[in-house]
Amino acid sequence: MNPKIIIVGGGLAGLAAALKAAEQGAQVELFSLVPVKRSHSVCAQGGINAAKNLKGEGDSAWKHFDDTIYGGDFLANQGLVKRMCEAAPAIIDLLDRMGVQFNRTPEGLLDFRRFGGTLYHRTAFAGATTGQQLLYALDEQVRRLEAEGKIRKFEHWEFLSAVLDEQGRCHGICAQDLHGMQVRTFPADAVIIATGGVGAIFGKSTNSIVCTGSAQSALYQQGAWYANGEFIQVHPTAIPGEDKLRLMSESARGEGGRVWVYKDGKPWYFLEEWYPKYGNLVPRDVATRAIHKVVFELGLGIDGQPAVFLDVTHLDPHVLDAKLGGILEIYEKFVGDDPHKVPMKVFPGMHYTMGGLWVDNERQMTNLPGLFAAGECEYQYHGANRLGANSLVSCIFGGFLAGPAALEYARNNRTDAGSHIFDQELRRQQAINDRLYAAAGEENPFTIWRELGRLMTEHCTVVRHNDKLRLADRQIEDLLGRYQRIRLSDTTRWTNQTFFFTRQLYNMLQLARVMVQGALARDESRGAHYKPEFPERNDERWLKTTLAQWDEAAAAPRLSYQDVDTSQIPLRARKY
Amino acid sequence: MAEGKIVRLRIKRQSGPQAAPQWEDFNVAYRPGMNVIVALMDIAAQPRNAEGQPTTSVSYEANCLEEVCGACAMVINGRPRQACSALIDRLEQPITIEPLSRFPVVRDLVVNRQRLFNDLKRVKAWIPIDGSYDLGPGPRESAADQETAYPLSRCISCGNCLEVCPQYNDKTGFVGAAVLSQVRLFNLHPTGKLHAGERLDALSGPGGHQECGFAQNCVNICPKDIPLTDSISAVGRQLIVHAVRQALGS
Repeated sequence: MNPKIIIVGGGLAGLAAALKAAEQGAQVELFSLVPVKRSHSVCAQGGINAAKNLKGEGDSAWKHFDDTIYGGDFLANQGLVKRMCEAAPAIIDLLDRMGVQFNRTPEGLLDFRRFGGTLYHRTAFAGATTGQQLLYALDEQVRRLEAEGKIRKFEHWEFLSAVLDEQGRCHGICAQDLHGMQVRTFPADAVIIATGGVGAIFGKSTNSIVCTGSAQSALYQQGAWYANGEFIQVHPTAIPGEDKLRLMSESARGEGGRVWVYKDGKPWYFLEEWYPKYGNLVPRDVATRAIHKVVFELGLGIDGQPAVFLDVTHLDPHVLDAKLGGILEIYEKFVGDDPHKVPMKVFPGMHYTMGGLWVDNERQMTNLPGLFAAGECEYQYHGANRLGANSLVSCIFGGFLAGPAALEYARNNRTDAGSHIFDQELRRQQAINDRLYAAAGEENPFTIWRELGRLMTEHCTVVRHNDKLRLADRQIEDLLGRYQRIRLSDTTRWTNQTFFFTRQLYNMLQLARVMVQGALARDESRGAHYKPEFPERNDERWLKTTLAQWDEAAAAPRLSYQDVDTSQIPLRARKY
Repeated sequence: MAEGKIVRLRIKRQSGPQAAPQWEDFNVAYRPGMNVIVALMDIAAQPRNAEGQPTTSVSYEANCLEEVCGACAMVINGRPRQACSALIDRLEQPITIEPLSRFPVVRDLVVNRQRLFNDLKRVKAWIPIDGSYDLGPGPRESAADQETAYPLSRCISCGNCLEVCPQYNDKTGFVGAAVLSQVRLFNLHPTGKLHAGERLDALSGPGGHQECGFAQNCVNICPKDIPLTDSISAVGRQLIVHAVRQALGS
């Protein structure tokens, strides 16, 4: 029998890991909340970075590496980032071979555009639906391997927990069928977590509904370390909505879009004025803070509302359709205005977590042996701020690393766990479910969730104050208390979405505390983490990875710190 | 804000695959810019029907909420579409919501669309690469070819085109427009072309291209404006050439 690898999550990272592991001889079982083709990676719009240097600009993997480290304010460990940037051009080639419909130059080569935080045309793109196109390419390859019997999918399954032995080694997972609702354990020689982002913790975000961080939180509560949780990216340009914040890609600015507000009756291009070198393409944390300042400090939001203009009306309509069609269509469908003709109204929205499950600097393994992680759910690659179009490449690179690494681990460490640890975990999870069904309190899980989202958005996004973070943490503790008095409006045992949401909510609350406490402790400003009380980066004290460990007795995070690998690019001040 | 304005919904509910469907009415508070998903989220938060009786929340599939994941297809005021882009302001009330009818109902608005993914497997809707190791760049492609292929590659597998297809049912086993269009996409690609015959073989028997009655409903309903009828015609022409070649033994 070939080693068995379980992969949880079917976005780019999970599919990339599945592809490599299956190709190299693993028997793969792929778990996903949704049919993998519907994973959140489809929402990525603007493109994928790789220093192919096809524009005669002298771009190189080293420059990509330097931009990424500098953009991340030196908090990323440099080893894996360098390897990612070196691997990126071949990843683009592979995606091209898989049939991704990248935009082309007149010569038939891949076209590249500019993105934030770089002066080079380094971003390959397929219209403005690059994530969708990349996900589909990997989905198709995984379907091919599924047809060959090398991958088995479990779609519409919820990950509940890892099955661990007494030493904390991972031997499989416990999961629940979203339709039939049976809870089962699945043994594996190694497990890869690729469960994406945490947007739902902030109520409304640019993320998809499934991005709750529930799996990461469950693992953290089982002893996996969670790193740099306080580093949350707020994207400068999103369309506010009742149900979510819809992303308006950085590529709009990469193609020449301009951000402005009225000042003294005239358009004021504040990013271009404040940042003449990078203009509208400063990194996201910088652009987001600038918009906040313009709206909240200078009071110049459009019609007094929290909104600024993102303007592409001056650009050639054919270029807009060929290169940005996907996002302009979203704006038109959901807002009703045609962005070819009128400037779009946008505002920053929670978008991405730089932090995530801690993984080692070599092979994407967490501190729990046999448990790996890849993609947005882990913390490597982006430091204190992610550059646009680096997420797709980090997801695929991380997955490509994790798949073979998990297989190698599995070959050397075949699981020999007795059935008792599976029985034990199954009983533990069923007990949680039984308590939830029996809960007869008065609290509504959706009300608690909305309050959590409001707290996190107000206190743990763009601007952070210690007194407010302290208050937010206490209020989340209160919400956890109210959670104990919850009542489900639906207690049926078939496709009960209220049940699953409420289960995830507990994990969201616990992970929120990791973010808030991490932010509270870090008395400096670095990348996306900005505290007016401590406006400077403090390398002496805070050039550290935050590690949150679950303290079972206190039922709370315990923070410790780890050195950052800065061995290749020396520290320098970050000034755009 | 319009104080006290109400949105009225009639939802076709079904507690399980074998249960009989039933209509239930709901009222939710109106807010500007809301879509059908917001209304369903409101119902989930406070599941009471229009009579004020407590009920269960309505099960539905949704994920990205920006019409790119394909999850939230349902029949709204008689028309299959994505619920996220169905804005309340543009819908006549009461808004009727039903599950897609061509797929088995799991619960309420959740249906099982596995058949669609199985059919993608059946027609080998992929580029058969040698392996994921580094073999250098892919084939060159003209910008014009990219502009033909890219719209086809935006199919979100929602199933709306199948809902309106008179031929998509268990009897014919027809793969439907979405899958035929994927065959066209992969047969256009320089590498995919090398294996066009295999995909065409898969479409030659029952359930293949011949089942299409050319009602043309698919192209009118597609939320991504994919030229589905062009795809069906293109694949039809390829099948004829393929059949002639096979008859000639080449």
